[in-house]
Amino acid sequence: MVITRQVEFSASHVCSNPALSEAENRDLYGAAANPHGHGHNYVVEVSLQGEPDPVTGMVLDLKLLKEILHREVVEPYDHRFLNHEVPPFDRIVPTTENIARDIWNRLEPHFDGTPQRLYAVRVYETPGLFVDYQGE
Amino acid sequence: MFRVTRRYEFAASHRLHAPQLSAEDNRRLYGKCNNPYGHGHNYVVEVSARGPIDAGTGRAVDTAALDELVKRQVLEAFEHRNLNAEVEAFQHMVPTSENLGVEIFRRLQQNWTMVFPGDWPKLEKIRIAETPRNIFEVTADL
Repeated sequence: MVITRQVEFSASHVCSNPALSEAENRDLYGAAANPHGHGHNYVVEVSLQGEPDPVTGMVLDLKLLKEILHREVVEPYDHRFLNHEVPPFDRIVPTTENIARDIWNRLEPHFDGTPQRLYAVRVYETPGLFVDYQGE
Repeated sequence: MFRVTRRYEFAASHRLHAPQLSAEDNRRLYGKCNNPYGHGHNYVVEVSARGPIDAGTGRAVDTAALDELVKRQVLEAFEHRNLNAEVEAFQHMVPTSENLGVEIFRRLQQNWTMVFPGDWPKLEKIRIAETPRNIFEVTADL
């Protein structure tokens, strides 16, 4: 069984690769390369896979999941400029793909398959663009 | 591997009518959708592509290139059109959302390597919402 919880955060970012020129970055990322940054209301859906506990009837206490998501995602990301304030985005471009993978990496140690495992991370940058990541 | 999904919209009209069936059978089968003058929807199409991340760009799919492909092959062909009267494929098949999904998938697949010439990303899925309550998915065998 798969259970999903949604959280939101708002953050700003710049999509540009420091190894490339400003013109190349603009060509590659378009308006997202604006060096002053711009922001999104990100929506993150985190899915866990597991079987309901025979006593509680729950795959995982959603209160616990909410706390973990708050600590690992909302606290570090919300109302931040990702490139400047949230590692690893001082080194890698904060595309939606890289954000999905970073969230996966932050959450995976909490869910090692006993009894729940991390199943999928979906990140909406806008309602019209989202990325799903299920590990390598 | 990453799945990147973009959401697009177009408005179009259609009429569900199978020429092999009688007028009465068509009415029974398709109900209001068989109204001879046709009717329209605001279609929402989600296009999903799958691939590994490019270490340089941090992206798995160039969404501007995907947007251009969808615009050229789907939106320009279907936006504010009568699907039965103006789209070649629906001269031969009923423009149900199932067939619309197959046609959109075919158009994107046929032109995919012109836009994405490498091994990745691959076209993975089309999801069409004819209305918020009627949703159809076509998935590739990857």
